[in-house]
Amino acid sequence: MKHRKPEMIRGARANVPVAASAMAYGSVLGVLAAQKGLSWLDMMYMNTAVFAGAAQFVMVDMWSNHMPIFEMTLAVLVINLRYLLIGASLGPLFSGRGLLHKIGMMHLVADENWAVTMSEQRNGTATTWFLFGGGIFLYLAWSSGTLIGLLGGGFITRPEDYALDFAFTAVFTALAVGLWRGKSDVLPWIVAGVAALLAHKFLPGKWYIVAGGLAGAISAMLGPCEIEEVEEAEDVPSY
Amino acid sequence: MFPAINPQVLIAVGLAACVTYSLRLGGLLLASRFPRSGRFRRGMDALPGALLFSLVLPSIVAEGVWGLMAAALTAIVVLRTRNTLAAMLCGMLVIFAVRKIGQ
Repeated sequence: MKHRKPEMIRGARANVPVAASAMAYGSVLGVLAAQKGLSWLDMMYMNTAVFAGAAQFVMVDMWSNHMPIFEMTLAVLVINLRYLLIGASLGPLFSGRGLLHKIGMMHLVADENWAVTMSEQRNGTATTWFLFGGGIFLYLAWSSGTLIGLLGGGFITRPEDYALDFAFTAVFTALAVGLWRGKSDVLPWIVAGVAALLAHKFLPGKWYIVAGGLAGAISAMLGPCEIEEVEEAEDVPSY
Repeated sequence: MFPAINPQVLIAVGLAACVTYSLRLGGLLLASRFPRSGRFRRGMDALPGALLFSLVLPSIVAEGVWGLMAAALTAIVVLRTRNTLAAMLCGMLVIFAVRKIGQ
Protein backbone atom coordinates (compact mmCIF):
# COMPACT_ATOMS: atom_id res chain seq x y z
CA MET A 1 0.00 0.00 0.00
CA LYS A 2 2.79 2.45 0.75
CA HIS A 3 4.01 2.03 -2.82
CA ARG A 4 0.76 3.47 -4.12
CA LYS A 5 2.00 6.98 -4.91
CA PRO A 6 5.36 6.12 -6.53
CA GLU A 7 3.64 3.44 -8.59
CA MET A 8 1.03 5.91 -9.85
CA ILE A 9 3.73 8.41 -10.77
CA ARG A 10 5.71 5.69 -12.54
CA GLY A 11 2.55 4.73 -14.44
CA ALA A 12 1.91 8.33 -15.44
CA ARG A 13 5.49 8.75 -16.69
CA ALA A 14 5.32 5.58 -18.76
CA ASN A 15 2.15 6.88 -20.41
CA VAL A 16 3.65 10.18 -21.67
CA PRO A 17 4.07 8.99 -25.30
CA VAL A 18 0.60 7.46 -25.57
CA ALA A 19 -0.91 10.50 -23.83
CA ALA A 20 0.72 12.75 -26.44
CA SER A 21 -0.96 10.79 -29.21
CA ALA A 22 -4.29 10.68 -27.29
CA MET A 23 -4.09 14.47 -26.96
CA ALA A 24 -3.45 14.81 -30.71
CA TYR A 25 -6.49 12.83 -31.78
CA GLY A 26 -8.50 14.18 -28.85
CA SER A 27 -8.11 17.61 -30.42
CA VAL A 28 -9.46 16.17 -33.69
CA LEU A 29 -12.52 14.90 -31.78
CA GLY A 30 -12.93 18.35 -30.22
CA VAL A 31 -13.01 20.01 -33.64
CA LEU A 32 -15.68 17.56 -34.83
CA ALA A 33 -17.67 18.07 -31.61
CA ALA A 34 -17.61 21.85 -32.08
CA GLN A 35 -19.16 21.41 -35.52
CA LYS A 36 -21.92 19.28 -33.93
CA GLY A 37 -22.62 21.98 -31.34
CA LEU A 38 -21.45 20.17 -28.21
CA SER A 39 -20.72 22.44 -25.24
CA TRP A 40 -17.56 22.01 -23.17
CA LEU A 41 -19.73 20.49 -20.45
CA ASP A 42 -21.19 17.87 -22.83
CA MET A 43 -17.64 17.07 -23.88
CA MET A 44 -16.33 16.75 -20.32
CA TYR A 45 -19.35 14.68 -19.27
CA MET A 46 -18.62 12.27 -22.11
CA ASN A 47 -14.85 12.22 -21.41
CA THR A 48 -15.47 11.45 -17.75
CA ALA A 49 -18.35 8.99 -18.01
CA VAL A 50 -17.36 7.01 -21.11
CA PHE A 51 -13.58 7.57 -21.44
CA ALA A 52 -13.14 5.51 -24.61
CA GLY A 53 -11.73 7.26 -27.68
CA ALA A 54 -13.15 5.26 -30.59
CA ALA A 55 -16.63 5.10 -29.04
CA GLN A 56 -16.62 8.84 -28.43
CA PHE A 57 -15.81 9.51 -32.09
CA VAL A 58 -18.83 7.47 -33.15
CA MET A 59 -21.06 9.13 -30.53
CA VAL A 60 -20.10 12.60 -31.76
CA ASP A 61 -20.75 11.43 -35.29
CA MET A 62 -24.29 10.27 -34.32
CA TRP A 63 -24.92 13.40 -32.19
CA SER A 64 -28.04 15.38 -33.14
CA ASN A 65 -30.83 17.50 -31.67
CA HIS A 66 -32.86 14.34 -31.36
CA MET A 67 -30.40 11.87 -29.86
CA PRO A 68 -30.62 8.32 -31.34
CA ILE A 69 -30.32 6.82 -27.86
CA PHE A 70 -30.86 3.16 -28.77
CA GLU A 71 -28.64 3.11 -31.85
CA MET A 72 -25.93 4.99 -30.00
CA THR A 73 -25.91 2.56 -27.07
CA LEU A 74 -25.76 -0.40 -29.45
CA ALA A 75 -22.91 1.16 -31.45
CA VAL A 76 -20.95 1.80 -28.24
CA LEU A 77 -21.54 -1.81 -27.15
CA VAL A 78 -20.12 -3.17 -30.39
CA ILE A 79 -17.14 -0.81 -30.52
CA ASN A 80 -16.24 -1.43 -26.89
CA LEU A 81 -16.73 -5.20 -26.93
CA ARG A 82 -12.94 -5.43 -26.96
CA TYR A 83 -12.94 -4.14 -23.37
CA LEU A 84 -14.36 -7.52 -22.34
CA LEU A 85 -11.15 -9.08 -23.67
CA ILE A 86 -8.98 -6.27 -22.30
CA GLY A 87 -10.59 -6.72 -18.87
CA ALA A 88 -10.06 -10.47 -19.02
CA SER A 89 -6.40 -10.06 -19.95
CA LEU A 90 -5.88 -7.99 -16.79
CA GLY A 91 -6.90 -10.98 -14.64
CA PRO A 92 -3.36 -11.98 -13.63
CA LEU A 93 -2.45 -8.37 -12.73
CA PHE A 94 -5.45 -8.11 -10.40
CA SER A 95 -5.14 -11.60 -8.88
CA GLY A 96 -5.45 -11.47 -5.11
CA ARG A 97 -7.04 -8.00 -5.15
CA GLY A 98 -10.46 -7.39 -3.58
CA LEU A 99 -13.67 -6.61 -5.42
CA LEU A 100 -13.73 -2.94 -4.36
CA HIS A 101 -10.20 -2.46 -5.68
CA LYS A 102 -11.28 -3.90 -9.04
CA ILE A 103 -14.45 -1.77 -9.14
CA GLY A 104 -12.48 1.39 -8.44
CA MET A 105 -9.64 0.73 -10.88
CA MET A 106 -11.42 -0.51 -13.98
CA HIS A 107 -13.15 2.67 -15.10
CA LEU A 108 -9.90 4.35 -16.15
CA VAL A 109 -8.68 1.44 -18.26
CA ALA A 110 -8.31 2.55 -21.89
CA ASP A 111 -6.46 0.95 -24.83
CA GLU A 112 -3.41 3.11 -24.14
CA ASN A 113 -2.67 2.54 -20.46
CA TRP A 114 -3.69 -1.11 -20.83
CA ALA A 115 -1.14 -1.61 -23.61
CA VAL A 116 1.59 0.21 -21.63
CA THR A 117 0.81 -1.90 -18.56
CA MET A 118 0.87 -5.14 -20.56
CA SER A 119 4.31 -4.38 -21.96
CA GLU A 120 5.47 -3.39 -18.44
CA GLN A 121 4.15 -6.72 -17.17
CA ARG A 122 6.55 -8.49 -19.52
CA ASN A 123 9.30 -7.19 -17.22
CA GLY A 124 7.29 -8.28 -14.20
CA THR A 125 7.09 -4.74 -12.82
CA ALA A 126 3.47 -3.77 -13.53
CA THR A 127 1.02 -3.12 -10.69
CA THR A 128 -2.62 -2.06 -10.52
CA TRP A 129 -1.56 1.37 -9.26
CA PHE A 130 0.78 1.70 -12.24
CA LEU A 131 -2.25 1.05 -14.47
CA PHE A 132 -4.39 3.52 -12.53
CA GLY A 133 -1.77 6.30 -12.49
CA GLY A 134 -1.48 5.91 -16.25
CA GLY A 135 -5.28 6.12 -16.50
CA ILE A 136 -5.46 9.39 -14.58
CA PHE A 137 -2.70 10.95 -16.65
CA LEU A 138 -4.35 9.77 -19.85
CA TYR A 139 -7.70 11.19 -18.72
CA LEU A 140 -6.10 14.60 -18.19
CA ALA A 141 -4.34 14.52 -21.58
CA TRP A 142 -7.43 13.26 -23.41
CA SER A 143 -9.68 15.87 -21.77
CA SER A 144 -7.34 18.76 -22.48
CA GLY A 145 -6.90 17.58 -26.09
CA THR A 146 -10.67 17.47 -26.68
CA LEU A 147 -11.19 20.87 -25.03
CA ILE A 148 -8.37 22.48 -27.04
CA GLY A 149 -10.04 21.22 -30.23
CA LEU A 150 -13.52 22.23 -29.08
CA LEU A 151 -12.74 25.72 -27.79
CA GLY A 152 -9.73 26.58 -29.99
CA GLY A 153 -11.95 25.52 -32.87
CA GLY A 154 -10.80 25.02 -36.41
CA PHE A 155 -7.08 25.74 -35.99
CA ILE A 156 -6.46 22.32 -37.46
CA THR A 157 -9.11 22.03 -40.12
CA ARG A 158 -7.37 19.17 -41.89
CA PRO A 159 -5.63 17.04 -39.24
CA GLU A 160 -4.73 14.39 -41.82
CA ASP A 161 -2.36 16.90 -43.49
CA TYR A 162 -0.17 16.61 -40.40
CA ALA A 163 -0.55 12.82 -40.19
CA LEU A 164 -2.32 13.30 -36.85
CA ASP A 165 -4.71 10.50 -37.80
CA PHE A 166 -1.68 8.18 -38.01
CA ALA A 167 -0.55 9.02 -34.44
CA PHE A 168 -2.90 6.40 -33.05
CA THR A 169 -1.68 3.70 -35.44
CA ALA A 170 2.00 4.55 -34.90
CA VAL A 171 1.85 4.55 -31.11
CA PHE A 172 -0.03 1.25 -30.97
CA THR A 173 2.38 -0.31 -33.45
CA ALA A 174 5.23 0.61 -31.12
CA LEU A 175 3.35 -0.92 -28.18
CA ALA A 176 2.52 -4.10 -30.09
CA VAL A 177 6.26 -4.60 -30.72
CA GLY A 178 6.70 -4.56 -26.94
CA LEU A 179 4.18 -7.38 -26.55
CA TRP A 180 5.92 -9.70 -29.02
CA ARG A 181 6.97 -12.87 -27.15
CA GLY A 182 8.97 -14.50 -29.93
CA LYS A 183 8.32 -17.82 -31.65
CA SER A 184 5.17 -18.69 -29.71
CA ASP A 185 3.51 -15.56 -31.13
CA VAL A 186 4.12 -16.35 -34.82
CA LEU A 187 0.95 -18.42 -35.30
CA PRO A 188 -1.46 -16.34 -33.17
CA TRP A 189 -0.33 -13.08 -34.78
CA ILE A 190 -0.64 -14.40 -38.33
CA VAL A 191 -4.12 -15.76 -37.60
CA ALA A 192 -5.10 -12.54 -35.79
CA GLY A 193 -3.83 -10.40 -38.67
CA VAL A 194 -5.66 -12.38 -41.34
CA ALA A 195 -8.89 -12.42 -39.31
CA ALA A 196 -8.64 -8.68 -38.60
CA LEU A 197 -8.06 -7.81 -42.27
CA LEU A 198 -10.96 -10.01 -43.41
CA ALA A 199 -13.32 -8.63 -40.75
CA HIS A 200 -12.21 -5.09 -41.57
CA LYS A 201 -13.12 -5.67 -45.21
CA PHE A 202 -16.41 -7.50 -44.73
CA LEU A 203 -17.87 -6.44 -41.38
CA PRO A 204 -19.01 -2.95 -40.39
CA GLY A 205 -17.59 -0.86 -37.56
CA LYS A 206 -14.92 -2.11 -35.20
CA TRP A 207 -15.68 -5.85 -35.21
CA TYR A 208 -12.24 -6.51 -36.67
CA ILE A 209 -10.50 -5.85 -33.34
CA VAL A 210 -12.56 -8.45 -31.49
CA ALA A 211 -12.46 -10.89 -34.43
CA GLY A 212 -8.66 -10.70 -34.74
CA GLY A 213 -8.02 -10.87 -31.00
CA LEU A 214 -10.27 -13.89 -30.50
CA ALA A 215 -8.97 -15.71 -33.58
CA GLY A 216 -5.38 -15.19 -32.40
CA ALA A 217 -6.12 -16.41 -28.88
CA ILE A 218 -8.03 -19.46 -30.13
CA SER A 219 -5.21 -20.42 -32.51
CA ALA A 220 -2.80 -20.28 -29.56
CA MET A 221 -5.13 -22.59 -27.61
CA LEU A 222 -5.39 -25.13 -30.42
CA GLY A 223 -1.86 -24.81 -31.76
CA PRO A 224 0.76 -27.49 -31.12
CA CYS A 225 3.31 -26.28 -28.52
CA GLU A 226 4.39 -29.43 -26.65
CA ILE A 227 7.62 -27.94 -25.33
CA GLU A 228 5.90 -24.87 -24.00
CA GLU A 229 3.42 -26.98 -22.08
CA VAL A 230 6.29 -28.06 -19.84
CA GLU A 231 7.54 -24.53 -19.30
CA GLU A 232 4.04 -23.39 -18.47
CA ALA A 233 3.54 -26.14 -15.91
CA GLU A 234 6.51 -24.65 -14.05
CA ASP A 235 5.08 -21.15 -14.34
CA VAL A 236 1.70 -22.00 -12.87
CA PRO A 237 2.52 -21.77 -9.14
CA SER A 238 3.67 -18.15 -9.51
CA TYR A 239 0.08 -17.05 -10.21
CA MET B 1 -21.27 30.98 -18.65
CA PHE B 2 -22.18 27.51 -17.46
CA PRO B 3 -24.03 25.47 -20.12
CA ALA B 4 -26.82 23.07 -19.12
CA ILE B 5 -26.86 19.43 -20.21
CA ASN B 6 -29.88 18.42 -22.25
CA PRO B 7 -31.75 15.48 -20.56
CA GLN B 8 -31.48 13.44 -23.78
CA VAL B 9 -27.70 13.87 -23.74
CA LEU B 10 -27.65 12.92 -20.06
CA ILE B 11 -29.41 9.63 -20.85
CA ALA B 12 -27.57 8.77 -24.09
CA VAL B 13 -24.10 9.38 -22.65
CA GLY B 14 -25.10 7.76 -19.34
CA LEU B 15 -26.15 4.55 -21.11
CA ALA B 16 -22.96 4.51 -23.20
CA ALA B 17 -20.99 4.88 -19.98
CA CYS B 18 -22.84 2.01 -18.25
CA VAL B 19 -22.26 -0.30 -21.22
CA THR B 20 -18.57 0.55 -21.40
CA TYR B 21 -17.92 0.17 -17.69
CA SER B 22 -19.83 -3.14 -17.54
CA LEU B 23 -17.62 -4.53 -20.31
CA ARG B 24 -14.44 -3.39 -18.55
CA LEU B 25 -15.35 -4.78 -15.14
CA GLY B 26 -17.21 -7.79 -16.59
CA GLY B 27 -14.12 -8.99 -18.45
CA LEU B 28 -11.97 -8.74 -15.33
CA LEU B 29 -14.50 -10.54 -13.11
CA LEU B 30 -14.94 -13.30 -15.70
CA ALA B 31 -11.17 -13.78 -15.83
CA SER B 32 -11.04 -14.94 -12.19
CA ARG B 33 -13.19 -17.94 -13.21
CA PHE B 34 -10.89 -18.97 -16.05
CA PRO B 35 -8.58 -21.99 -15.74
CA ARG B 36 -5.03 -21.04 -14.68
CA SER B 37 -3.15 -23.53 -16.81
CA GLY B 38 -3.19 -25.61 -19.96
CA ARG B 39 -4.56 -24.64 -23.33
CA PHE B 40 -6.95 -21.96 -22.15
CA ARG B 41 -4.23 -20.14 -20.27
CA ARG B 42 -2.06 -20.27 -23.39
CA GLY B 43 -4.83 -18.60 -25.36
CA MET B 44 -5.26 -15.88 -22.73
CA ASP B 45 -1.51 -15.25 -22.72
CA ALA B 46 -1.53 -14.76 -26.49
CA LEU B 47 -4.58 -12.48 -26.33
CA PRO B 48 -3.02 -9.05 -25.56
CA GLY B 49 -0.56 -9.19 -28.47
CA ALA B 50 -3.13 -10.60 -30.90
CA LEU B 51 -5.65 -7.92 -29.87
CA LEU B 52 -3.21 -5.04 -30.27
CA PHE B 53 -1.94 -6.38 -33.60
CA SER B 54 -5.54 -6.64 -34.87
CA LEU B 55 -6.18 -3.08 -33.74
CA VAL B 56 -3.37 -1.58 -35.84
CA LEU B 57 -2.96 -3.84 -38.87
CA PRO B 58 -6.01 -2.70 -40.91
CA SER B 59 -5.09 0.99 -40.51
CA ILE B 60 -1.47 0.26 -41.52
CA VAL B 61 -2.62 -1.67 -44.60
CA ALA B 62 -5.11 1.10 -45.46
CA GLU B 63 -2.13 3.47 -45.94
CA GLY B 64 -0.66 1.14 -48.57
CA VAL B 65 3.05 0.43 -49.04
CA TRP B 66 4.05 3.60 -47.18
CA GLY B 67 1.87 2.58 -44.25
CA LEU B 68 3.88 -0.66 -44.03
CA MET B 69 7.14 1.31 -44.29
CA ALA B 70 6.02 3.70 -41.56
CA ALA B 71 5.04 0.78 -39.31
CA ALA B 72 8.35 -1.00 -39.96
CA LEU B 73 10.31 2.16 -39.11
CA THR B 74 8.23 2.61 -35.94
CA ALA B 75 9.01 -0.99 -34.93
CA ILE B 76 12.75 -0.60 -35.63
CA VAL B 77 13.00 2.66 -33.68
CA VAL B 78 11.17 1.25 -30.65
CA LEU B 79 13.34 -1.89 -30.69
CA ARG B 80 16.58 0.14 -30.94
CA THR B 81 15.74 2.96 -28.53
CA ARG B 82 12.88 1.65 -26.36
CA ASN B 83 11.42 5.14 -26.85
CA THR B 84 7.75 4.93 -27.80
CA LEU B 85 7.38 8.68 -28.39
CA ALA B 86 10.33 8.84 -30.80
CA ALA B 87 9.01 5.73 -32.59
CA MET B 88 5.56 7.28 -32.94
CA LEU B 89 6.99 10.52 -34.34
CA CYS B 90 9.16 8.66 -36.90
CA GLY B 91 6.11 6.73 -38.13
CA MET B 92 4.08 9.93 -38.39
CA LEU B 93 6.93 11.70 -40.19
CA VAL B 94 6.91 9.09 -42.98
CA ILE B 95 3.15 9.51 -43.52
CA PHE B 96 3.45 13.31 -43.26
CA ALA B 97 6.22 13.39 -45.89
CA VAL B 98 4.43 11.03 -48.26
CA ARG B 99 1.23 13.08 -48.10
CA LYS B 100 3.13 16.36 -48.58
CA ILE B 101 4.87 15.02 -51.68
CA GLY B 102 1.70 13.42 -52.95
CA GLN B 103 -0.19 16.71 -52.95
